[in-house]
Amino acid sequence: MPEGDMSVSMTVNGRERTAVVEPRKTLADFLRQDCALTGTHLGCEHGVCGACTVLVDGQAVRSCLVFAVQGEGHEVTTVEGLTGPDGALTPVQEAFRAEHGLQCGFCTPGFVVSATALLAENPRPTDDEIREGLSGNLCRCTGYQGIVNAVRRACGRADANSSGSMEVPA
Amino acid sequence: MTAVADSPGAAAPSLAGAAGRWMGQSVPRKEDPRLLAGRGRYLDDIVVPGMLHAAFVRSDVARGRIVRVDTEAATALPGVRAVFTAADLNPLVHETWWSMAGKDAVYAPNFCLAEGDVRFVGDPVAIVLADSRYVAEDGVDLVELEVEADDPVLDVDAARSEGATLVHPELASNVASAIPKADVPGLQETFDSAATVVSETFVQHRYLPVPMETRGLLAQWDPFTEELDLWAATQSAHELRAFFSRLLGIPESRVRVRTPDVGGGFGQKVFALRDEWAVVLASKLLGTPVKFVEDRRENLIAASSARDDRMSMDVAVDPDGKFLAFRAELVENVGAYPFAGSGSAAALVGMCLPGPYTVPAIGFSGDAVFTNTTGRAPYRGPFLMETVVPEQIVDVVARRIGMDPLELRRRNVIQSSQLPYQLPTGLVYTGVTPAETLEQAAELIDYEGFRARQVAGRADGRYFGIGISLCVEPSAIAFGALSTEGAVLKMEGTGTFNLVLGSSSTGMSVETTMRQVAAEYLGCHIDQITVTQGDTATTPYGAGTQGSRSAVLYGNVTREVSLEVRDKILRIAAHMLEASPDDLDIADGQVAVKGVPQAAVTFEQVATMAYQGTAMLPPDLRAGVEAVTRFTAPMMTFVNACHICTVEVDPDTGQVQMLRYVVSEDCGQMINPKVVEGQVAGGVVQGIGGVLYESFVYDEVGNPLTGSFVDYLLPTAAEVPDIEYGHVESGTSNALNVKGVGEGGAVASPPAVFNAVADALAPLGVELRGTPLGPRQILDALAAAGH
Repeated sequence: MPEGDMSVSMTVNGRERTAVVEPRKTLADFLRQDCALTGTHLGCEHGVCGACTVLVDGQAVRSCLVFAVQGEGHEVTTVEGLTGPDGALTPVQEAFRAEHGLQCGFCTPGFVVSATALLAENPRPTDDEIREGLSGNLCRCTGYQGIVNAVRRACGRADANSSGSMEVPA
Repeated sequence: MTAVADSPGAAAPSLAGAAGRWMGQSVPRKEDPRLLAGRGRYLDDIVVPGMLHAAFVRSDVARGRIVRVDTEAATALPGVRAVFTAADLNPLVHETWWSMAGKDAVYAPNFCLAEGDVRFVGDPVAIVLADSRYVAEDGVDLVELEVEADDPVLDVDAARSEGATLVHPELASNVASAIPKADVPGLQETFDSAATVVSETFVQHRYLPVPMETRGLLAQWDPFTEELDLWAATQSAHELRAFFSRLLGIPESRVRVRTPDVGGGFGQKVFALRDEWAVVLASKLLGTPVKFVEDRRENLIAASSARDDRMSMDVAVDPDGKFLAFRAELVENVGAYPFAGSGSAAALVGMCLPGPYTVPAIGFSGDAVFTNTTGRAPYRGPFLMETVVPEQIVDVVARRIGMDPLELRRRNVIQSSQLPYQLPTGLVYTGVTPAETLEQAAELIDYEGFRARQVAGRADGRYFGIGISLCVEPSAIAFGALSTEGAVLKMEGTGTFNLVLGSSSTGMSVETTMRQVAAEYLGCHIDQITVTQGDTATTPYGAGTQGSRSAVLYGNVTREVSLEVRDKILRIAAHMLEASPDDLDIADGQVAVKGVPQAAVTFEQVATMAYQGTAMLPPDLRAGVEAVTRFTAPMMTFVNACHICTVEVDPDTGQVQMLRYVVSEDCGQMINPKVVEGQVAGGVVQGIGGVLYESFVYDEVGNPLTGSFVDYLLPTAAEVPDIEYGHVESGTSNALNVKGVGEGGAVASPPAVFNAVADALAPLGVELRGTPLGPRQILDALAAAGH
């Protein structure tokens, strides 16, 4: 082990992961580089944009602000861990698709993880709670319209959208 | 609503403005499952063996002489493979011009790395190549850069004055480009004799594109084949390919550019900036792959700037409120190294100045000015001053003559009955509906009802405002390298299709919408079509995904190539069914004799005949079903919208609360309404952010103060209202009947928000003369009005 490096082990998406890392390596870089889970994106690396949001023991955490070694012994879920093994999208992901809640897709994993955490904590959020709950994530493409509608839809609200969802015509 | 009739041939579908089987449907996006599951592949996700990581030493001085660059300690750091400065890289630069601007445009000097002096904070001075980004940044910290600071050129007026210090001593002046005042006959007389003349100067502050994915590229120079294989987060793979072939002085055929998924661009990713040239040159020098992904601070301070201009405008009005003449003078701050060419949008601003109004006479002039700040690159609607300033001054005129701004617009808006309408600048509008969108938006927001509530609110000490922005803007500007796009459509051996386009989508849903167009005109399910884009080795030359051009250019070329393939399918099927092509129908991937549905062949059977049953084809039918074609667009495809929003302003705190936001837009036939609304919404929120929250600020020595998302504030879900949409689908001059909708939201929204805030504060005697409109600026304006 190179001098100063540390061994770290954690459960990522249900699988035990161990690596030798520099202590300064962020959890985000550990996930992207050591675990090859590149769905966790880096949009600012200073904890504002939320693109790197993952779940640590079920709580939404910005993985750019956490060192990999701080993950020792914890359970981490990335966006890849939400989707079923057959690629089936979760209801939150399906709602994002139906409401056009993504364009370029770069911020999307962070929003999906944040929305998943929000709804786990509060299954029937009000509009204000949705907006507040998503205010730690930045999107530059959608103007948040499809994203807010997706969360409304994911919790079964009838006012999910004003102009119809995206469906393959019969 | 009207539509241009479609006449593609006997058997072809005619949409005539109505939604089709696929066109006009909000089909779910092909792109989404992979992006939602975290399985997209962006530039930083690409890893190749032996790849080095680049980081830059940048100037933290706006202007000064480089006294010393000592790279010794950095080079000695374990893991650092090389450190290059201007002396290493600049001699390798051949030519640095862009197809879009042309070889003969005025360009800033083509230094790759700063040589001798630095010209803005963020100016790249050295590139460090290391085994990881962490070590590369360690190396950057070890490079000793000594700069003797000098007074920077920051003010556009000082920069234009006699004897001003030059940003680029190699050039004769700080004026990058200019449109001189023209002597317009009768213009001065019109102003002299008008009942009312309103003159205002509005400042539009500097705000930025800010794609969520920063810029990045992975350059792989192969020293044995002398070929460059480049992965780039770009909006224009082919423009990059041409550029880097010139930079390296090698034939274009030896450069391949590929685009992975790209996390937004908004104009910033059309061109490659100087640090990106250095990445390519470093790969060449080392014979090693080099990846560079800029960090957010670099993106904010050093990538590119936008907006930052000022326009003085005079409006002559007759006693009935009819506009008689517009006269405007634009000054643009284009920074030190604008891309490409001068970075000026003045020519378009001048041409489009009348916007949605009948204005008999126009005068326009403009200067684009170099300063010691980050250079300007395109940003979503770079010509938006054509809408921002006229729309803001229209409201000032309304207040001045005591007329409601909606009524003033009604008296001056171009009516459909006046089309085609020639502007005094020479442009001719066809297929625009500004009057219709004005009325639709006013109805959607209940304009009269709001005015009544506004009056009631004032009695309670609450300040509500409503702002209108009416906009006609050019989409799909099609001159030179932007004029044409090609498409290849191949029926595969099993009857499915591959559509190959020169686009580089950065979130525009090209994979989805172009499958919709192709499926409509081929007569099959969208799932039978795949789209290939973003690879210069396989796709036809094109200018890429920018300038609200994808629907017009890629849409129409997809339609044309689909009709060619459809024709070939019909001819083969006619042979198989022993019928005339005119007697056949295509639907759902089958060709059947009209009225005899059991006499049918599937696309798979047609493909089998085309590729395997070649011996059975008649002599006049070649094997295979594939077509290559190219579409050339008219110079401009005008698109229009009306935005109306309402706000409440708190005069104690200066806070602005957005209440409602309504957009009525006409982009012709919508290919996918949800995608259209998504484009509009994204643009609108960039405008709301631009006016209320985002502001890129320098101090008095040119040092940026807003280099993080803690200082440069993007709007979040908590700040924006639900956007409400109205659609008018009028005709236009292309066969697909589409107009580009990518930029309009960002063009029309800033003056709508500005006008709403100004309207709210007007009873307090407040006059606003520019943006941003953060709490500080609003409180200052209130104070200036004696509050």
